[in-house]
Amino acid sequence: MTSSTDYTYKMKHLRRIIERIVESILTVSGAITSIAILLIVVFLFKEGFGLFSSPSVEKGYVLCVNADNTIEHLNPYQIKKIFDSEIENWKELGGADEAIALFRFEEIFNHYSDEELGEEYSLLPEKLGEVIAQNIGIIAFVPEKYAPKDINGVKILPIESITLSDFFGGKEWMPTSTPSPQLGVLPLILGTLLVSIFAIIIALPLGLGVAIYLSELADERTRKILKPAIELLAGIPSVVYGFFGLVVLVPIVQKTFDLAVGETALTGSIILAIMALPTIITVAEDAMRNTPRAMREASLALGATHWQTIYKVVVPYAASGISAAVVLGIGRAIGETMAVLMVTGNAAVMPHSLFEPVRTIPATIAAELGEAPSGGAHYQALFMLGCILFLITLIISITAEVISKRQPNKGL
Amino acid sequence: MIEAKNIDFYYGDFHALKNISMAMEANTVTAFIGPSGCGKSTFLRLFNRMNDLIDGTRLTGECLVDGQNIYSKSIHVDELRKKIGMVFQKANPFPKSIFENVAYGLRVNNMGDKSFIRQRVEESLAAAALWDEVKDKLKKSAFELSGGQQQRLCIARALAVSPSILLMDEPASALDPISTSKIEELIHSLKKDYTIVIVTHNMQQAARVSDKTGFFMLGDLIEFSDTKKMFLSPEKEQTQNYITGRFG
Ligand SMILES: Nc1ncnc2c1ncn2[C@@H]1O[C@H](COP(=O)(O)OP(=O)(O)O)[C@@H](O)[C@H]1O
Ligand SMILES: [Mg+2]
Repeated sequence: MTSSTDYTYKMKHLRRIIERIVESILTVSGAITSIAILLIVVFLFKEGFGLFSSPSVEKGYVLCVNADNTIEHLNPYQIKKIFDSEIENWKELGGADEAIALFRFEEIFNHYSDEELGEEYSLLPEKLGEVIAQNIGIIAFVPEKYAPKDINGVKILPIESITLSDFFGGKEWMPTSTPSPQLGVLPLILGTLLVSIFAIIIALPLGLGVAIYLSELADERTRKILKPAIELLAGIPSVVYGFFGLVVLVPIVQKTFDLAVGETALTGSIILAIMALPTIITVAEDAMRNTPRAMREASLALGATHWQTIYKVVVPYAASGISAAVVLGIGRAIGETMAVLMVTGNAAVMPHSLFEPVRTIPATIAAELGEAPSGGAHYQALFMLGCILFLITLIISITAEVISKRQPNKGL
Repeated sequence: MIEAKNIDFYYGDFHALKNISMAMEANTVTAFIGPSGCGKSTFLRLFNRMNDLIDGTRLTGECLVDGQNIYSKSIHVDELRKKIGMVFQKANPFPKSIFENVAYGLRVNNMGDKSFIRQRVEESLAAAALWDEVKDKLKKSAFELSGGQQQRLCIARALAVSPSILLMDEPASALDPISTSKIEELIHSLKKDYTIVIVTHNMQQAARVSDKTGFFMLGDLIEFSDTKKMFLSPEKEQTQNYITGRFG
């Protein structure tokens, strides 16, 4: 008798120990996962914000001008304009009326022989200084190592960091441009918004239409076949959609609108719309089917027709679910990378119309991260793009969460 | 005047109503009683064709309203339902304002302009003995009302489109005694204008509100007679047993 009680007691004890162990494993793994996710986000932002302490000219180089030049600093955009010869006079930048003379470092070898430059180019800075001091309109792009420091008649422009307005207000994205990479994110943000918004404009009416059909009009058998089929579509890898877009959609768009190339913002929007449709349809359909039978019966019993019941009762009742569907659809569209990368032509220019190539944020990250030297401004700018994308999707998920939690009886 | 002739009704293979015939006169209250699952709701829902919404059902026999077979092809179901209002077991107001709930039927049937709708909403709420309680908060959500008020709102909503018949499926079963007695009073006052058919599992209620009572069991109409007679001296033994609470 005692031994059996003893045994039960031991078993209970053992079980409690095991439960404790399992409990702590779960706690620890949960904590580790959360910390890991947090670290990833921190890493993303740390790398991204490094951008704003990166120099606005290529690392290891400086810009020198004549000491009499009144210009004190240049922003990346101005530097690019100067070196592209689009700005040819200092007065355009608020300086004296002097023509700008570009001087690239290699040109020094045209002016001086190797001997004159001394052993291991030790005299190079001095000679550079001479050249610069002679020409009041000159701007020279030289390695910091050979910069003519403390030489009369030469002014080295201070190395400045890329600013927030360079990044967020910049209209050019040319990360490999020298001497100053152009990291203006505006065309990418606008490209993303253009493609996504138009995708939603296409997907919303279609998605709602199909959702209404499935939930209200289709008979049970059709629904049983269609619903899983549509859910399946949501699981197709996006590269497959991209391939389809490239092979089928691009030529169609090109022919239909008689364009030079078929890879346009519109093509991207269509592909995204197709990809967002399954999400929109399934979530909206679920919301509408959740409209209580009593609501439909109440409406019909008052003499409302089937259609009146759909748009006056079912759709309003499911409004919060439908909005959640839309927001989820947008979320999918904005974050989508591969398919868009494949069909939008990837021209990082300010979008002017739907019929031009554009480039989205995710596509940019995917296409460029491999070739951006780690730690450089370009690399950091891509991380910053990641931060932007993260914030956008975060806002969207929070919105979706808030909307779908809203009670159906509120706000009507 | 409602008349059912030799009604048989099936949910798939399930024979829910068996050869039922009865007539309900205008401006009377007819109550259906019987143990749950005996087919009262099914029978009631035949008259506004609510059972049409359920797949796989089958009906034989005739349902006549004012002499017209409501299942004939020439009948427009939404017109029919406008003429035959229904109040459900559980109050089911729309997630709209009190006003919009009552106005709903008027709007979907394109009945009248703004001022007519206003007037009709007030009349209906008054007829449902709810006007005084809600006249200051017509714009408020219907969900802010109590359960009993919601049910009276549903009655007002049904009355708004001026039906001639009112079908009520256990309208007070989810309500407290005070709300229940309000609904019963309401039924009394509506009787002069409407033909009312009410399903109830509460025999006292049937006795209080109805002129005639039908007793259903397992899909059969066991007995149908004047309420007084039914409760004082039922003809059938089953009815007697049910009324005296020996089963059910
Ligand atoms: N939609 C339906 N499908 C199948 N059977 C049903 C359906 N509705 C009701 N029934 C069956 O029909 C019978 C009568 O139901 P009902 O008319 O609701 O009874 P009551 O209202 O008297 O409680 C019950 O046995 C019920 O199970
Ligand atoms: Mg019932």
